This record gives sequence, C-alpha cells and structure tokens, in this order.
Amino acid sequence: MTQAELLTIQVTKTVDARGTACPGPLLEAKKAVGTIKPGDIMEVLSADEGTKVDIPKWCTKQGHEYLGTMEENGYYRIFMKKR
Amino acid sequence: MLSEINFQTNQVNHLQEQIITLQAKITSLENLKKDQLSIAIVSGDMDKILAAMVISLGAAALDTHVKLFFSFWSLSALRDTKKKAVGKDFISKMFGLMLPEGRNKLRLSNMNMAGLGPLMIRYLMKKQGVLSLDQMFKEAGDLGIEITVCEMSMNLMGFKKEEMIDYPNLRYAGAVTFVSEANESSMQLFI
Repeated sequence: MTQAELLTIQVTKTVDARGTACPGPLLEAKKAVGTIKPGDIMEVLSADEGTKVDIPKWCTKQGHEYLGTMEENGYYRIFMKKR
Repeated sequence: MLSEINFQTNQVNHLQEQIITLQAKITSLENLKKDQLSIAIVSGDMDKILAAMVISLGAAALDTHVKLFFSFWSLSALRDTKKKAVGKDFISKMFGLMLPEGRNKLRLSNMNMAGLGPLMIRYLMKKQGVLSLDQMFKEAGDLGIEITVCEMSMNLMGFKKEEMIDYPNLRYAGAVTFVSEANESSMQLFI
C-alpha cells in the first residue's frame, strides 16, 4: 500500500508499543491480534526500528496481510490486516 | 499346490511386515521438523540468559512451540530467593553460597565489574523499555514456554527442587528428553 492509501485506512485497533523494546512490540501485537476479527486492520506503534522488519515476518508466518509502514516523528506506524 | 499356497502366505506376511515398517517410518518423519524451538541453556551469565529469553519470546510470538532445557550454570537463574531447601550437605551449601541467587543476581560474561555491569545493564534495559528478566519469565509462562530442568546437573550442583522458581510449565528430566525433543524441533540452539 502507498503512504497515501495508508493515511485513509480504517484502523480497528491501535497497539501502542512505543514504551517497549524487542520483543515487547511483537508480544503486544500477538496479544492484540486475538481481540480483533478476521479482516480487521490493526496498527502497531513502535519506536523500535527492528519492529518494522519483524512485523512483516510475523505476518507472513501467521498468514496475516502486512499493509505497510508509515514513519512518524520518532516512531513507526505498522499496519496489518488479520487473516 | 500346497507349497504354492505356502509361498503366497509368506509373500503376504512379508508385505505386511514391510507395511508396518513403513508406517513406523512415516510416523517418525511426520514428527520431525515441528514448528518448535529447542534450546539447551548451559550458561548462567545474565547476558546469555537474556539472549535465550528474548529469542524464546520472539519465537513464542510467532506461535512456535518453545522448549528450554536448563542445565549446569543456568540453574542459578531458576533459583527462587524466597525458598530455602533443608538438609543440604556441606558441598551443596558451598555451591549455594558461591552461585548467584536467582535471575536478578546473575553476572555478566563481560564487563561484570564486581556487579556494576549488571546494575548498569538493568538501568539501561529499564530506560529503553526492554522487559526485565522477571517480566520475561512471566511472559514465557503465559505463552506456554516449557522449562525442563536437567535433574543430573541440579543434583550435581547441590540444588533441590524445593528451591526452584514457581513456573507453570516446569518439569525435571534428563538428556534423552532434550535430545528426543530437539530431534523433532525445526530449530535447535545451544547457549
């Protein structure tokens, strides 16, 4: 997805993991994804650059759809759609 | 005529045996390469226990089954400071005194500086939002990560079951358990 498309996306759940470092954001994402329905979109906020690489890998393994990442001031917004 | 029937029965028996052997082989092949991570943790250094826990939690976040096998120096990390075992002999007591009392007393493999190093690392971990070892063990328990304590090395180092931490999936076993489970795992690590 392009940055412009990501801006217009309807997010069901936001996981703010900016306070934790690896593997904190992944653990929070794993917990949160259990609370949303298939097809719902979740965004993970992380200040950890590694998360930007880890989340797509996690999505591939779990069958979720990785949508893209937006860089904000000092953190990343990582978007995914639940399988 | 009779010999021909005998010959055929032998053939059938032979085939049946082959089928049974093949079935056993298929079952053992199916059990290989599970989505499972086996780690033998031998080091008791803070940095190495941290590495083992971070990798385990990362794997568990991917729904990979994680089995940790703690032996030798790593057993210090499983000591519960609040628990005391009675009836220890002299050597066991000495080991108990000389080895770190629990996961928060572990030393660093480098830059330990008489305990200043671990203090600094803990400060930095907190500052940068890295989970503490206490939190990591809690998460590990919640995520179903299994811990197996090597009973032989526990006895060797004079530790007792009564002084090990409370952990949801903790059991005591030997090397064969590790090897057979590691054989089924798609990933095996030694730390």
